[in-house]
Amino acid sequence: MAEPVAHDGPAPVPSSARLAVRKTYKLYLGGAFPRSESGRSYPVASHQGDHLANAALASRKDARDAVAAARKAFGGWSGRTAYNRGQILYRVAEMMEGRSAQFAAELADAEGIGAAAAEAAVAAAVDRWVYHAGWADKYAQVLGASNPVSGPYYNHSAPEPTGVVAVFAPQDSPLLGLVSVIAPVIATGNTAVVVAAERAPLPAVTLAEVLATSDLPGGVVNILTGRTAELAPHLASHADVNALDLAGAGDDAVDLERAAATTLKRVLRPDPAPDWTADPGIARLAHFLETKTVWHPIGM
Amino acid sequence: MPDSAFAPETAASNASLRAFLHGLPGVDEVGARARAADLSTRSIKTTAKARAIDLAIRMVDLTTLEGADTPGKVRALSAKAVHPDPADPSVPRVAAVCVYSDLVGVAVEALAGSGVKVASVATAFPAGRAPLSAKLTDTRRAVADGAAEIDMVIDRGAFLAGDYRKVHDEIIAVKEACGDAHLKVILETGELATYDNVRRASWLAIHAGADFIKTSTGKVAPAATLPVTLIMLEAVRDHHAATGRRVGVKPAGGIRTTKDAVRNLVLVNEVAGPAWLDPDLFRLGASSLLNDLLMQRTRLTTGTYPGPDYYTLD
Repeated sequence: MAEPVAHDGPAPVPSSARLAVRKTYKLYLGGAFPRSESGRSYPVASHQGDHLANAALASRKDARDAVAAARKAFGGWSGRTAYNRGQILYRVAEMMEGRSAQFAAELADAEGIGAAAAEAAVAAAVDRWVYHAGWADKYAQVLGASNPVSGPYYNHSAPEPTGVVAVFAPQDSPLLGLVSVIAPVIATGNTAVVVAAERAPLPAVTLAEVLATSDLPGGVVNILTGRTAELAPHLASHADVNALDLAGAGDDAVDLERAAATTLKRVLRPDPAPDWTADPGIARLAHFLETKTVWHPIGM
Repeated sequence: MPDSAFAPETAASNASLRAFLHGLPGVDEVGARARAADLSTRSIKTTAKARAIDLAIRMVDLTTLEGADTPGKVRALSAKAVHPDPADPSVPRVAAVCVYSDLVGVAVEALAGSGVKVASVATAFPAGRAPLSAKLTDTRRAVADGAAEIDMVIDRGAFLAGDYRKVHDEIIAVKEACGDAHLKVILETGELATYDNVRRASWLAIHAGADFIKTSTGKVAPAATLPVTLIMLEAVRDHHAATGRRVGVKPAGGIRTTKDAVRNLVLVNEVAGPAWLDPDLFRLGASSLLNDLLMQRTRLTTGTYPGPDYYTLD
C-alpha cells in the first residue's frame, strides 16, 4: 500500500487581499429589513466618538408602515397559545446566546465599557428573555381571577393583550434596557413598534436579526432606528396604536402622553431613575393588558 | 336606438360583427402595461389629494353582493352611503349603492330623498348563465322596484365562442328592459383572456347601447387592473371622438386603497380626459375602499394617522 499523499491545495489568498464586508444597518419592518422609505441615514459614533456605521434614519412613513405591520401580525400572535409564545421567547434567548460575542463587541463600542462588563450585560439580556419566556404562560394565572359574586354566576376575569404598543427604548441601556421593554410587551401577545436608542441603535439592529431567526412571526416586533423626537409624536397620535411605553421618550414624555389622550391610549410613564439590572417583576408585563370579565350563569 | 348603434349590416351576423371587432387595432400589451405603470407613479399630494379623495368618494358605488346580504345590512350600507363619516358632515355622499335585485326595494326605501342612487346587478349575476327571458325578468323587477341603474353581465361563454351577435342582442334586449334606468355592462375582463378581447367587448357593449362599461363582477380575480381600465377608457374616448356620445367606465373589484383610487383618477384624466372626472361618467365599484378614503381624508384634515377602529365594519 502506498502511503497516502498529502496534496497541497492552492496557496490561501493572503487576508490583506480580502475586501472588507461591511454591514448595512437597516430597519426591521414586518419581518423584512428595508432601508428607510426616505432613503436617509445618520452616522452612529462609538462612546469615544469614532464613526462606527451609518444607521437608517426612519421617517414618519416608516413608523406608519411599522404600525400597519404590527397590526397585521397582532391577530396571529395574540392567537397563539401562551405556551407557544413562551417557547418562541426562549428561542430568542437561544439565538441571542449564540451571538453574544457580537453583542458584547457592539455594546463595548456603544457604551465605552470593558469586555467583562459588556459580556455581563449581554448575559443579563439573554436571561431577561428567559425570564419573560417563563412568564408567558403564567401571568394569566396571577393576574386573572375567579371573582366571588352574589348571584348564580361564575365570574371570571382574564387578561388580554392591549394591541399594538409603541415602545420608545431607553436611551441609556441599548441592549439590556431594550430587551427589558420589548420582552414584556410581546410575551403577553401584544405586537410592538420599537424606536431604538437614538445614539446607540446598532445592538437593536443586531437584535432584529436575532428576532428574525427565532420563529417570531414577522411584524410582531418592528424596530426603527432614528430620531426619537421625530417619530414619537406620529406614533403617540396614531389612532391604530393602542399603548405607549415612554421609557426612552425623555423630556417629550408629557407632550406625548397628552397627544395619546385623544385616542385613549394606555401609557406607561418613564421611570425617572430606571435600574435595568434589577429584578423586573411583572409590572411592565401587567401594564399592557386589558382585563376581560365574563359572567356565566351557573347551570340549574 | 342610441346614436352609437352599429350599422345594420355590421350587426347583421356573427361574421360581420367578427369582421368589425377583429378589424379593431390590436392592443399593445406591453405598451398598455407600461403606460398604466408610468401613470401610477404620479405623485398626488396635499390639496390635489384632498380634491381627489372627495371626488373618489362621490364616485363610489358602495357595493354589497354576498349571498349573506340581509335587509339590515343593506340599510346600514345605505346609511353609510348618505353620511360616510357621521362625525364629519363635510364628507360628500357616494354615487350609488349597489345590491342584488331582490334587495332593491330595501335600498330604495332607505335612500329615499338622499340623492344616492340605487344600482342593482341583474341578468343572473355573476355568471350570466341563464336564459334571456330570466335575465329580462330579473332586470324588469329591479327597475320596477326602483333601481336607477342596472349592472348586467355579458355572456362570456358566448363572447369567447365567437357568438358576438348573441352578446350584442342580449345587451340591446336588457337595455330595452331597463327603460329609463342606466345600463352598466360588466365585461368580466378577468375571464376574457386577452387585452384585445377587452377592447372588442368594450366596443361591442358601447355599440349595443351601454351607458357604462364595467370591468368586473368582483367575483373573479384578476378584477379591475389598471391596464384593463386604460383600454376601456381608450374605447370610450374613441367612441366619443367618433360619435360625440360619452359612455362611462366603472372599474370594480380589487380597488381597496386611496392610492388605487387616485391612480384610477389619474388614468381617467390622462386617457379619457377631464370630462370623465365626474360621477356620471366614472364610478368605482368598491366596498372596503370607502373606509380607506375616509381615513386618508382624516389624515389630511387632522394631521394624525387614523385607525380602522374608528370606522364602521362592513
